[in-house]
Amino acid sequence: MRSNLGFFSDEKFRSIFFQTLVVGLFALGLFFVISTTSYNLEKRNIATGWSFLQNPAGFDISFSPFLEFKSTDTHLKVYFVGVLNTLLVSVTGCIAATILGFILGIVRLSSNWLLSRLVYIYVEFSRNVPLLLQIILWYSILIQLPRVKQSLQFLDVFYISNRGLYSPRPIFESGFSYVSIAIVLALISSFLINRWSKKRQDKTGQQFPVFSSSIGLIFIVPLILFFILGSPMSFEHPEMKGFNFKGGLVIRPEFIAMFLALSIYTAAFISEIVRAGIMSVSKGQREASAAIGLKQTWIMRLIIIPQALRVIVPPLTSQYLNLTKNSSLGIAVGYADLVHGFGGISLNQTGQAIECMAIVMATYLSISLTISFFMNIYNRSIQFKEK
Amino acid sequence: MNEMNEVRKPPVATTGIIGWLRINLFFNWTNSLITLFVIYCLYQFIPWILDWTIFSADFKYNYLGEQITNQEMCSRNLDPENGGACWAVIYVRFYQFIYGFYPKVEVWRVNVAYAMLALALLPLLYAKLPYRKYFLYFTYIFPVIAYFLLNGGLGFTEVSTNKWGGLLVTLVLGCTGIALAFPIGIMLALGRRSKLPVISMICTLFIEFIRGVPLITLLFFGMVMLPLFLPEGIDMDGLVRVLVAVTLFQSAYMAEVIRGGLQAIPPGQYEAAKSLGMSYWRMNLLIILPQAIRISIPPIVNTSIGLFKDTTLVIIVGILDLLGIGRGTLADTNWLGLSYEIYFFVSLVFFIFTFGMSRYSLYLEKKLKTGINMGAD
Repeated sequence: MRSNLGFFSDEKFRSIFFQTLVVGLFALGLFFVISTTSYNLEKRNIATGWSFLQNPAGFDISFSPFLEFKSTDTHLKVYFVGVLNTLLVSVTGCIAATILGFILGIVRLSSNWLLSRLVYIYVEFSRNVPLLLQIILWYSILIQLPRVKQSLQFLDVFYISNRGLYSPRPIFESGFSYVSIAIVLALISSFLINRWSKKRQDKTGQQFPVFSSSIGLIFIVPLILFFILGSPMSFEHPEMKGFNFKGGLVIRPEFIAMFLALSIYTAAFISEIVRAGIMSVSKGQREASAAIGLKQTWIMRLIIIPQALRVIVPPLTSQYLNLTKNSSLGIAVGYADLVHGFGGISLNQTGQAIECMAIVMATYLSISLTISFFMNIYNRSIQFKEK
Repeated sequence: MNEMNEVRKPPVATTGIIGWLRINLFFNWTNSLITLFVIYCLYQFIPWILDWTIFSADFKYNYLGEQITNQEMCSRNLDPENGGACWAVIYVRFYQFIYGFYPKVEVWRVNVAYAMLALALLPLLYAKLPYRKYFLYFTYIFPVIAYFLLNGGLGFTEVSTNKWGGLLVTLVLGCTGIALAFPIGIMLALGRRSKLPVISMICTLFIEFIRGVPLITLLFFGMVMLPLFLPEGIDMDGLVRVLVAVTLFQSAYMAEVIRGGLQAIPPGQYEAAKSLGMSYWRMNLLIILPQAIRISIPPIVNTSIGLFKDTTLVIIVGILDLLGIGRGTLADTNWLGLSYEIYFFVSLVFFIFTFGMSRYSLYLEKKLKTGINMGAD
């Protein structure tokens, strides 16, 4: 039965009609935005283009552990320093948050009531207070530490003051490359041993001491080589010169505040995810593994955690993504990450708002997509496999 | 035969206080050691924190009995041995924390708006409220009333948004962001699941883009780039620009949550609605969305908690919310060095709101688990 609207009640026609309408409106909006923007830019004498990236930045970046940065360097280099700083705090934060989160998640399920309550209180406080506030709070604690002259000293080589943590910097001499090659080879071979032993166990049921042999390969072999080569590594100790320390490795309070706040905040979320994951494994699994005589630690490692991981990994991925995006809050304490260095100071100095923001957003998008990509691969590898 | 006569000990108690203590705190040696260690740590920590926050703290007067007007008069600055927190800063600056720089003569309008907000939230939070329908009508018109009350117009003198601050800005951003993001999120979720490829693609791209970048870049976008995109003469208010960014951000997250709810609706519901001859919109509005939104309320509350916390980010673009007022107070030479008191207070306010919301979402989750039977509902 057709109504008098005729072809308009045809589903196919309607679908094409609406989509064309949407595309048309979208294009119209885009055209409007582009034309007004170019008009506005012209009026404000802002030239578009990417040439500003080659101009000297003219400002200093206090924290750049990977690249040497001088104020004569270009804005492009500001960008790279920013990306590296963002990645540094994100990666270290993710690792610390995961470790802390797993420990807390397991402790939260402990049979000790007091301990589990304590973790509960920690989780609720740290989840329910804005991250930005926590970052600022950590920073304000760190900059109230003693001045450089009265730095707190640990083990005679670490100094903590309101300028950060000073520690000895390792200096690698020529022979050290052999040691690092040995470490890489040891990592590869222990990975291969792990695969081989799994295959052998599937076939014959015999086990191979993978863990201890890997430890031996990764730590002891390079260590022996290190001493045979005559210890090709020395330490440069920080020394008091004038008003500040010279030499050594400096970890700035901005970084420490970011690292602490990000990992403690995210660990609270991860611990809840881990708790939910462990609780999702049915009780029968634990009882069955106890019945066949597995030790408590083995039950956790071989039975519970692998099954819990299937539930844990997808939300864990989004926590990693959140942490990476949250690292952009470094701007509040002056941590020279992507948003503060390139999206903040460079943008203000050059006035190239559109270009800078586009680059910053594109970078975050690609970091997010990369994390999702790798976590999806990992997620696929731990899901149930039909044999 | 002798063994039969031996008296066996009764099993250890597992009930009562002793039993509870035995099971939960002193189950075995390691457990007991952990318990004792935790108790020792708490014994060290709790008296100290109580002393600092309450017993040795100044609330309005210092230990000499003078009313505190700047940080030099705090007990702990007069006598470092004696005195804890100096809450007088909160007392003195309380007005700013709650209302920002809103003119004192007009402040009743903010108070009325706060009270109305509570009234408007009531029917949303409490489903069994008598006459809920009429309360809901009020909830729908509340944003309009609040706009005129706070901003001015309709006989009220205008109070420009740069005078707003503190909790007022936090609540305005949080509530408006959540309220506006809800319908946009529904549209985006429906769009992403649409069978029309172009619409689904545009919605997916939008959602994934927003979710892939940090909120702070969107705030910068609102602050620096939005004025470039708009024709001359349209000068957007700073708070509105931030609101645009916050709403865009929240609607993408809301869309994903609602999409999760939509996916949980069994296909039979769609088929049944279509077989009754319902159009796409009638089907969604009357059959699908009521069910989908109902199951996605707990995660909606959770993303709302996230947004409420994220509203603090606006201080980076120069809007003074609760945290912004706190930092502003710290920059005042009268109140230098009272960072712990101020951050403690701001944290506490946020904690009360977000913890309340998270308890509410837990309560809803429990209610939903026992209350509905999907598919047969």
